[in-house]
Amino acid sequence: MSDLIISTPYGLYCEPADIFLDPWQSVPKAIITHAHSDHARRGCGSYLCHHHAKPLLKARLGDINVQSVEYNEKIIINGVTISLHPAGHIPGSAQIRIEYQGKVWVFSGDYKLHHDGISTNFELTPCHVFISESTFGLPFFQWPPPDQVFQEIQRWWMKNKSEGVSSILFAYSLGKAQRLLAHLQISDSPVFVHGAVHTMNEACKAAGIKLPETLRVSEVYDNRLFKGALVIAPSSANGTPWLRRFGPYRTAIVSGWMALRGARRWQAADRGFVLSDHADWNALNAVVKGTGAGKVFVTHGYTETFSRWLCENGIPAAVLHSQYTGEQTTETETAEES
Amino acid sequence: MKQFAELFERLDQTNKTLEKIQLIADYLQQACDEDKLWAIALFTGRKPPRIAHTTLMRQWAARCAGLPVWLVEETWHTVGDLGETLAGIIPDTSENNRNQGTLHEMIHQIVTIQSLKDDSEKERKVTAIWKSLSRKERLVFNKLCAGSLRLGVSQGLLVKAIHHAFQIPEEVISRRIMGQWDPFTTTFKELILQPGENDNIAKPYPFYLAYPLEEETDIKNNLSGWLIEFKWDGIRAQIIQRKKELFIWSRGEELVTDRYPELHFLKDVLPDGTVLDGELLAWKENKPLSFQLLQKRIGRKTLTRSLLSEIPVIFMAYDITEWQGLDIRNKPLSERKEILYGLVSSVHSPALLYSPVMNAETWDQVLHFKSLCKGNGSEGLMLKKTNSPYETGRKKGNWWKWKLDPFTIDAVLIYAQYGHGRRAGLLTDYTFAVWNEHQLVPVAKAYSGLTNEEITELDKWIKKHTIEKFGPVRSVEPFHVFELAFEGIQQSTRHKSGVALRFPRISRWRKDKTVREANTLQDLKALLQTTGQI
Ligand SMILES: [Zn+2]
Repeated sequence: MSDLIISTPYGLYCEPADIFLDPWQSVPKAIITHAHSDHARRGCGSYLCHHHAKPLLKARLGDINVQSVEYNEKIIINGVTISLHPAGHIPGSAQIRIEYQGKVWVFSGDYKLHHDGISTNFELTPCHVFISESTFGLPFFQWPPPDQVFQEIQRWWMKNKSEGVSSILFAYSLGKAQRLLAHLQISDSPVFVHGAVHTMNEACKAAGIKLPETLRVSEVYDNRLFKGALVIAPSSANGTPWLRRFGPYRTAIVSGWMALRGARRWQAADRGFVLSDHADWNALNAVVKGTGAGKVFVTHGYTETFSRWLCENGIPAAVLHSQYTGEQTTETETAEES
Repeated sequence: MKQFAELFERLDQTNKTLEKIQLIADYLQQACDEDKLWAIALFTGRKPPRIAHTTLMRQWAARCAGLPVWLVEETWHTVGDLGETLAGIIPDTSENNRNQGTLHEMIHQIVTIQSLKDDSEKERKVTAIWKSLSRKERLVFNKLCAGSLRLGVSQGLLVKAIHHAFQIPEEVISRRIMGQWDPFTTTFKELILQPGENDNIAKPYPFYLAYPLEEETDIKNNLSGWLIEFKWDGIRAQIIQRKKELFIWSRGEELVTDRYPELHFLKDVLPDGTVLDGELLAWKENKPLSFQLLQKRIGRKTLTRSLLSEIPVIFMAYDITEWQGLDIRNKPLSERKEILYGLVSSVHSPALLYSPVMNAETWDQVLHFKSLCKGNGSEGLMLKKTNSPYETGRKKGNWWKWKLDPFTIDAVLIYAQYGHGRRAGLLTDYTFAVWNEHQLVPVAKAYSGLTNEEITELDKWIKKHTIEKFGPVRSVEPFHVFELAFEGIQQSTRHKSGVALRFPRISRWRKDKTVREANTLQDLKALLQTTGQI
């Protein structure tokens, strides 16, 4: 039997259902795992995604033809059974399960195991073939407990606040920014957000996700309000004139890459906090094993290293070419999120 | 250990000098005396003996983490730093099983382990320590074990921090911490707190620094009040002889007397109360050796006899700021030069030279002097007003420097590799090639010169246009042309192309050029002919 999901120049493709998964080119029909821009591109005829991803996709891609479904809801196309299962990556993120002629394939998109307070928890989906990401697929990447990181961020902010210095957190505008808002104790101090974060906050609220009130930086006329305040912005704002409004301030980057001292220094921020919406080394291994898959494909990240490691551990694995980028050290225009 | 690991991380994360000083001062104030002493020892490059070869450490860490050695090595290629890699691959222990030892206790453990004969016994001990530390502490421990702890703190900064913490004058601290001492035999009180005689005699003057010559200069029309010198490509330094003691200070406010034994005779031949300003140069057969060689000399911890004869250092004096115990910085330059000339002549040593002074009547003569620079190994000219005092810091007006233009070529990007250190995680180490007939041959590696935006853009492009990966290196489609600037060119048997560029860096991304328009190896060889080996 030929492969149920293959890599084509347009994207990952399921031939019997004639549908693309997270395509990187315009195609007639696409299923989308989540709304980060390396997984959800413009120009497709129709999109299918989870209910929570729908407003996010619209905020990102404009007026598109999009249908949404619940997790575990079965859709049958040409005898192929398709369903979405929580990936725990960002709100509305899903793994795509495809069943055809008794074989089950699962495409993970991006995923993590930690509960983040805004996404539905990751759900292990048994399958014959598992297509995994490996953004942080090296044993070096082992995340500290997120609660500990939130405490560190809180302490950093409070110290800055006591000195009258604003705290600027650089984080992905979709996912990470909301995760921070959900976990930091912000009841007694206003939090300000960059426009890109504001847009994503509104889209998340439209998806039914509860977030604390924030103020848009551009709506503030009196710069004195920023004194000692917390500001959340995408990392693309780092080093730009946008920061000039904030009098004395300190910056910090919130990203899985901050585990690397090199990345931390290179990014020129005052602090780096290690927090990722991607699975770390241990989580990747646990999930791959947990699916019971007899064959694994790896789409992005440290693909060759991770697949070699799996092969040596008795799980046949290979690289599946894709154009996904995973979490990046800087959020840029073309791949604003991942 | 926890506090020191914290200090290491915070120092690593900030490039703000004041913050670094504060962090070190805070640490020194709260640490016990033994830890204070060891921290100062580590900051000044003293270290416990190395436990084992890094190959062994890699194997131990692989076993401890249950990973194959190849995977540890792959990971190392991405992370870029071995100590950090090994700290990161070992799972963190829970808070309650943590080792509570202090810095000096840890160092004594390292000494004990180092003295063990049996490698498997060493492995057992090191593994046990790894398992008892947090990730941050493991990083510092690994670096201590491998003798590779670099704290990125200059002597000057450390001195300021100690001054901040204990209110002892800076030059006194410099003299104490830069002298001979051993953390295994001395105490913090003896080293830092006990006052000594002659504590103040090492005090240097602030250097007077020149600005680059401006394009539109009126010196051109009035050269009479100016003198011209070659600008030497060495290390700016100050030599002090007071009360029969000699001190050599380098530009970074570091006391480096020990590094230059060939100048120690000056202690006996310079009169008491003399301070000279000039340049430390690697020098052989009446010519400076390349700066690369001087760096090699500086980089070595121990000065072997062969190194000293391979790369001898001299002092090229061009100013005198103290004479017969008097500060003469306000005397006009011409007078100071006269005193200096007389002094250097009377010392009459090949290790103390007087930087030649030239006069020009026309700008053409100045240009002529400039044309001599490549031949005599200087990096340009200095223009100084004859009646100028010796000023403090960087001042415009009386002294100007005029550097030679660096060379440039257009070359093609052919390989990329993940950056180490501050650029780990991005493809930032590039290899560039020029044409030899119909082939591209690599001629230079360059790491710097692009903006962060350009690096991100190029990183993406490379990831999409990788032809092949071998180990950490990717070959990429020959497509992008970059202008490389470099300081010189030399013959090289180590490079396939037969030439090596000195200090190559990216000066511009030539998106307007196609690969065919890049330079050829013939162009480089022609350049080698005209400039000679520098
Ligand atoms: Zn993503």
